[in-house]
Amino acid sequence: MDYCIKNGTLVDPAAGHVGRFDLLIREGKVVEVAPELVAPDDVTVIDAAGLHILPGLVDMHAHFREPGREDKETIATGSRAAAAGGFTAVAVMPNTQPPIDSPYHISYVKEQGEVAGLCRVLPIGCTTKGQQGEEIAELGEMAAAGAVAFSNDGVPLMNAEVMRCVMEYSRLFDKPILIHAEDRYLAGEGQMHLGHWSTVLGLKGIPTLAEEVIVARDLLLAEATGARIHFCHLSSAKSVELVRAAKARGVRVTAEVTPHHLVLTDAAVDEFDTNTKVNPPLVSEYHRQALLAGLLDGTIDAIATDHAPHTREEKHREYDLAPFGQIGLETALALVLAELYHQKRAPLARIVEWMSVNPARILGQSGGDLAVGSPADLALVDLERKWQLTTADIYSKSKNTPFLGREFTGRVVMTLFGGQITHKLPDFSRPEDQRVKGA
Amino acid sequence: MVMGEIKALVLDEDGIRRALYRLSHEIAERNKGVENLILVGIRTRGVPLARRLAEMIRQHENIEVPVGVLDITFYRDDLSLIASQPVVHKTEIPMNITGKTIVLVDDVLFTGRTVRAALDALMDLGRPKMIQLAVLADRGHRELPIRADYVGKNIPTSLREVVHVQLRETDPEERVVIVERE
Amino acid sequence: MPGLHRKDLLGLKDLTAEEITLILDTAEPCREIFARELRKMPTLRGKTVVTLFFEPSTRTRTSFEVAAKWMSADAINITVATSSVVKGESFVDTAKTIEAVGADVIIIRHAMAGAPALLAKSVKAAVINAGDGAHEHPTQALLDLYSIRRHKGRIAGLNVTIVGDILHSRVAKSNIWGLTKLGAHVTVVGPPTLMPPGLEELGVRVCYNLDEALEGADVVNVLRIQLERQKKGLFPSIKEYSRLYGINKARLDRLAPDALLMHPGPANLGVEITEEAAEDPRSVIVDQVSNGVAVRMALLYLLTGGGREDGLLH
Repeated sequence: MDYCIKNGTLVDPAAGHVGRFDLLIREGKVVEVAPELVAPDDVTVIDAAGLHILPGLVDMHAHFREPGREDKETIATGSRAAAAGGFTAVAVMPNTQPPIDSPYHISYVKEQGEVAGLCRVLPIGCTTKGQQGEEIAELGEMAAAGAVAFSNDGVPLMNAEVMRCVMEYSRLFDKPILIHAEDRYLAGEGQMHLGHWSTVLGLKGIPTLAEEVIVARDLLLAEATGARIHFCHLSSAKSVELVRAAKARGVRVTAEVTPHHLVLTDAAVDEFDTNTKVNPPLVSEYHRQALLAGLLDGTIDAIATDHAPHTREEKHREYDLAPFGQIGLETALALVLAELYHQKRAPLARIVEWMSVNPARILGQSGGDLAVGSPADLALVDLERKWQLTTADIYSKSKNTPFLGREFTGRVVMTLFGGQITHKLPDFSRPEDQRVKGA
Repeated sequence: MVMGEIKALVLDEDGIRRALYRLSHEIAERNKGVENLILVGIRTRGVPLARRLAEMIRQHENIEVPVGVLDITFYRDDLSLIASQPVVHKTEIPMNITGKTIVLVDDVLFTGRTVRAALDALMDLGRPKMIQLAVLADRGHRELPIRADYVGKNIPTSLREVVHVQLRETDPEERVVIVERE
Repeated sequence: MPGLHRKDLLGLKDLTAEEITLILDTAEPCREIFARELRKMPTLRGKTVVTLFFEPSTRTRTSFEVAAKWMSADAINITVATSSVVKGESFVDTAKTIEAVGADVIIIRHAMAGAPALLAKSVKAAVINAGDGAHEHPTQALLDLYSIRRHKGRIAGLNVTIVGDILHSRVAKSNIWGLTKLGAHVTVVGPPTLMPPGLEELGVRVCYNLDEALEGADVVNVLRIQLERQKKGLFPSIKEYSRLYGINKARLDRLAPDALLMHPGPANLGVEITEEAAEDPRSVIVDQVSNGVAVRMALLYLLTGGGREDGLLH
C-alpha cells in the first residue's frame, strides 16, 4: 500500500527538512517531500496533524536472544517491541547460544529478521570464535554474509593482544568493533555501582574504573592500529573524558549511552528491584551528569537501548543471583524525550541524530533520513501524549523493566517500515484509510 | 483524658481521700497488721493509689509497706483481638513475693480481665501466700469469677457508660466521673 | 502516635529515632525476665515464629528462639543450605511454603543483601532481618544500642568507635544508622581495603589509625574479622591486622575508666581482641547476649501488633 502523510511536522536533520512537510510514499520508498502535497487518488492518506514525523529509530545495541534463549525473546518478538518503540532497524548482539560467530549464524539472524518483517535486523558478529576471547572469528566471511559490526559483547577481551589483532584485522572491512568495556577483575563479583548506595545496600560494588581502564586501553590500541571502534553504553565521567580527548586526537572512535543511564542513578537500587541490575550498573548523579554533558557536546554519538530481556523467574529472586539487564525498546524514546526534550536540553532534531542518524552512520546502514529515494522507515510521534507504562504496552517477551507504572509524556503512535505500517497504537484516533483534503 | 460527655461526678477530691482512708484501715484490720504485706499497683492508675494507701498505712500503723508496680500488658488475653496494643512499661516489685500477702491495687474493677492478667503475672514472679484485691471503684459487669476484697465505691453503670478515675499524679484533675461512651 | 507502624523490620535505615526508642523502651520490661525463676510469659501464645536461616548462625538463631519461647510462641527453625539455593531452588517458593504452614513472623538470615526485602514483598507474615549479606543486621544494632543505653544512660552525644572490616559488616551498617539517628558521634576505623566509600555522607568520621580513633571514645564496638578476607588479599596477615587494629590491654588502658567495650560475637580472641581485653571490667560482651534476647522479645511483641497507645482499654 502507498501512503501520503499529511499535516505533520517532519524532523529530518540529515536531509535538512525540519518543519511542516508532507511525504509521499510509494513501493516502500519516499518519492516526494514538500510542504504541501496533493495526495494522488491511489494512495492512502495518513493525517499527521499535531504529530511529528521522525526517521525510523535505529538501535545499535539490543539482545534478541535467538538462537538459544527463545524463552526470553525471539527475533520476531524483539522486532515487534522495536516497532512499538518507533525503531525500524536494530543491531543485535551475538551473545546468543550458540554465539553468532560464523557466516551461517549471521545469515540465520538476518533471515529471521526478514521473516518477521517488522524492522531491519542487523546482525553483529563475534570478534572471537565462540565468544571465547582467544581466536579471531571469521570477520570477513561474516561481513560478506551481512554482519554490520563485530563485538565480543558482554565477554570483554581481557587479553590486550587478542584485541590488538582483532583491531588490526578489522581494518580490512570498515566495520566498527563494538566494545563492552569492562575489566573483569576490577568488576569482580560486583552487583551495582561502587559508591554511597553500594555501601548502604551492602551489595558488592563495581568501580567505574572497571570500564575506564578498558576504555583507555582500547583507545590506545585503536590509535595504534587505526581501527574504527565504538564504545557501548558508556557509564563514567572519566570514560567520557577519555573519548573526548581521543576524538580530538583523531582516533576513530564513537560511543553510545543508554536511556536508563541518562535517566536513573544508583539510588534506584534502593528497594533491591532486580530490574535495576544492569551492566554497566546505574551510576551516581555525578556520572549521570557527565554522560548528559558528553551527549550534548557530541562526545557521545548515539543513544542505544541495550535491550536485554530476561524471564520473570530469572529476575524474581535475590539481587546477587538475578542476571544483568533490562528491556528498553518500548520506552527508549519516551525516556529520552523526558530527560532531554521536555527539559529543553536538546531539540528534537538532535534526538533524531542520536537515535537514528548517527547509529545508521556508525553501522554504515541506510536509514536516518527521509530524503527522496530513502526507504520509508519512519515513526509518527505525539510529543504531548500522556501515558503510563503497563505490561500490556510491552510487546517484548520479557517484562523486566524498572519503569512499570511510570508516567510518560510523548509516545510513538505509528511506525512504518519499508512503507508498511508495523505498529499503530490501538486508540490512534485518525484512521489512515479516511481521505483528508488539504486545507 | 475524658472522651464523651460527663454524666455524673461520683467522687470528688475529698471523696477519693475518704474512700482510700477507709480502705487503708480495712487492709490493716483484715490482715491483723501489715508486717507481711506488699501493695502492688497495676499500671497506670493503680500505682499512685497503692502509694497513697501505703502512706496512709504508714501514718496510722507507723510501718512502711513496700509498694510494687505491675505492668500486665504481656499477660493480656486480647492482644490478638484488637488492632493495636499498649506500650509496655517495667514491672518493679522491690522484693521476692514468695510467702508474702499481696494487695493488688487498681482504679476500676470492670470485666475482671485485667485482674486475671495481673494474677497470672504475679504467679510468674513467685508464690505469694495470699493475693487480695483493692479497687477505688467497682462498676460491675464481671466476665470472670473475680471479686474485690476492698471497694472504695460501688458504681452501678450501664455498658454504654465508662468510669474514669482521674488522679492528680496522672491527670489535670482529681475526681471519678461517669461518661457516656461516644 | 507511637508504635511500630510497619509489617517488617528490614533495617535501621528505614526506622525513625522514635521507633528505635520505642523498641529500646519495650526491651526494658523484657530484660527483667532474666531476674525471674520462671522465664515464661503468655504474650505470643498461638503465634508461630519461624527462623529461616540460609547461613549458619547459632547465636542469633538461638537468641530469637529463646525470645520467642519465653513469650510462648511456637518457634520453628528451618536451616537451608545456601548451596541448594544457588543450585536453583527458588527462594520465593521456599518462603511461600513456609508462610503456608502458618508462620506469623519469619526471621531470616541470608548471605545475600536484599533477600529479606524480597521475602517481605512475597509474604503477608512479618519479616525480621537477622542479617543479610553486607546490608543490615538491625537486631544486633538494636541490642548494641540497648547495651549502650543500659550502661551509659544515654546515646545522644556519645563518641562511638566501630573497629574492623566495615566494608563487609552488616553490623557496622545498622549500628551507623541507629547511632546517628539517636545523636551519637560515630567514628569507623579499619584498613583502607576494608572501608567502603560514601560513609561520610552518612555522617560518620572515617579513620585508618586505631589509636587516633580510640581517643575520647565512650564506646568501642569491635567487629569480628572474617579470616577468609585475608585470603582474598584485603589484608596481608592476621598478625599484621592484629597489630594495627587489634584491641589489647595497652589500648584499653588509654580509654576512660567508664568506657564500654562491645563485640557482636563470636570473637576471634587474639585477633581483633585479646582475651584479656574481652574480660576487662569495661567489657559488656556477655551482657550483650542477654540484651539481645530482650530486644528480640520486644520486637516480636511490637511486630505482632504491640506498642500502641491507642490500644489502651477501659
